Amino acid sequence: MEKKSTKGWLYLLPALVFLGLFMIYPLVDVFIYSFEEGYNFTSQTYFGIGGYNYSYVLHDPYFLRALKNTFILVVITVPLSTAIALFISVGLASLDKLRDLFQTVYFLPYVTNTLAVGLVFMILFKKTPYTDGFVNLILGAVGVNPIDFMEGPYWAKMFVLCFYTIWVVLPFKILILTSALCSVNKNYYDAAKVDGASRLRIFTKITVPMISPSLFYLIITGFIGAFKAYSDVVALFGTDLNSAGMNTIVGYVYDMLYGSSGGYPSYASAAAIILFAIVLTITCINLIVSKKYVHY
Amino acid sequence: MDNSENFKKIEKAALRRRNFSKALTVILLSLWGLAVLFPFYWMCLTSLKSYGSYNSEYIPKLFTLSPTLENYITAFNSVNLARYFGNTIIFTVVTTLLMLMVTILAAFAFSRLNFKGKQLSFTLFLSLMMIPNELVIITNYVTITETNLRNTFTGLILPGVASVFYIYLLKENFSQIPDELYYAAKVDGTSDFKYLWKVMLPICRPTIITITILKVIECWNSYVWPRLITDDKDYYLVSNGIQTIRESGFGRENIPAMMAAVVAISVPLILLFLIFRKKIMEGVARGGTKG
Repeated sequence: MEKKSTKGWLYLLPALVFLGLFMIYPLVDVFIYSFEEGYNFTSQTYFGIGGYNYSYVLHDPYFLRALKNTFILVVITVPLSTAIALFISVGLASLDKLRDLFQTVYFLPYVTNTLAVGLVFMILFKKTPYTDGFVNLILGAVGVNPIDFMEGPYWAKMFVLCFYTIWVVLPFKILILTSALCSVNKNYYDAAKVDGASRLRIFTKITVPMISPSLFYLIITGFIGAFKAYSDVVALFGTDLNSAGMNTIVGYVYDMLYGSSGGYPSYASAAAIILFAIVLTITCINLIVSKKYVHY
Repeated sequence: MDNSENFKKIEKAALRRRNFSKALTVILLSLWGLAVLFPFYWMCLTSLKSYGSYNSEYIPKLFTLSPTLENYITAFNSVNLARYFGNTIIFTVVTTLLMLMVTILAAFAFSRLNFKGKQLSFTLFLSLMMIPNELVIITNYVTITETNLRNTFTGLILPGVASVFYIYLLKENFSQIPDELYYAAKVDGTSDFKYLWKVMLPICRPTIITITILKVIECWNSYVWPRLITDDKDYYLVSNGIQTIRESGFGRENIPAMMAAVVAISVPLILLFLIFRKKIMEGVARGGTKG
């Protein structure tokens, strides 16, 4: 037994070393950083221990704006993307021949580089002196005046960001919901039809309850993902998010850590922990709610 | 007679209604398909337009009659796109191989071997899955900077090697292999390592392939960590490359060349996806997360 024990740990050793160095130690360290006041990156000294970093971050107008942006993004994209994904999946599940083709097409955004495609979106929406851009061309056809989406009003920028975010997150949601829908036993539908139930009633009383576990899984992961939005935003508005007024919480963390405004790991840590606390709270609420509504 | 005619009529009406709703579904789905495909079409199209013709179109055209490859030449010549590709390939291959090694060994230990503290350590392992990357990246950045590993492949690769989720996925798969096989191999005097190599890995090949592909996609698209850890252009990955191209690259206005770079970066993954479509979608459904 003694010899076997060593052997087991030996096989586990590489994973333990990597996880210890790059996950467990940082996890402890980030809490320590967040309480060290006035930490200096170059000399690695600090003045004292306390909650100053948290209060600094919470009073920083940049952080407050990042918080606001992130919340707007979450509140708009999570319900909307889940609803759209649900409708598309219901449509997909009702097809037989074309389903494979549509699924393949819908999945494409998942495998593409967010930064690269974000650039394409930027160009489609951008209004320059040379051209109003493709989106404005379409809007013009229905009689809307050209809008400067990338450098114009806040709501226009937010619209582009929400649109792109939904475009990026839909493939995953459609995939999960379609496979959930296809695994629902057909007998339930047949029984409902025999009883003369309307399609809406079948949808709300059979379909949604049957796939509720997947639906809640998507809502929970959707919230977590949307709170951590960053790469999509950089793809659209460039790395200087503060001047574009479109920073997110994660963007704030990285700005504090690195770049022209960087060098403050303590502030970054405090902001990251605040983010983690928010996500944890929301996830707990989601889990409590899902206990009430998810069947099985 | 009357009845059967009525029956036919009703059936016809029902069929028509069903066909109508089916057609409507297909049309609506096609619309979203168009929205998905359009950016890809647009980037290919723009990358084929010449600089002059692109800029002279106040109203962008949806096709081009004189496609040109000059943008691709510009893209590869005026920034070191080939180098970014090379870097990304090295980064992806090494990270994935190391990850596979670590994952296979750990999954084997958890599923096949018995040792003291196995249950406890596995539980701790699982709880690590909940830790968001944003929380640990700060210290990792400090660690890598302090050990002078910035702008090296070592610094880029090391933090991404161990993945709790893949270990869990593979462990579940390993555990499905019947014990009898192991005992039979033991009676024949096979060593544990040989059993892992010759029996378990071939049986679990589908899962290994899934993990590999998911990791490759993750590596190819990674942006945040490479950006933090490299500021020397010699070590840029494609994502960072694209960002530099955008912010300084070929002058902000040469959009066709930008699009050529975007196409070049997107094509490898799209090809990979089209080849391993089933595997990738299966794997993601089982445990990918994004968004």
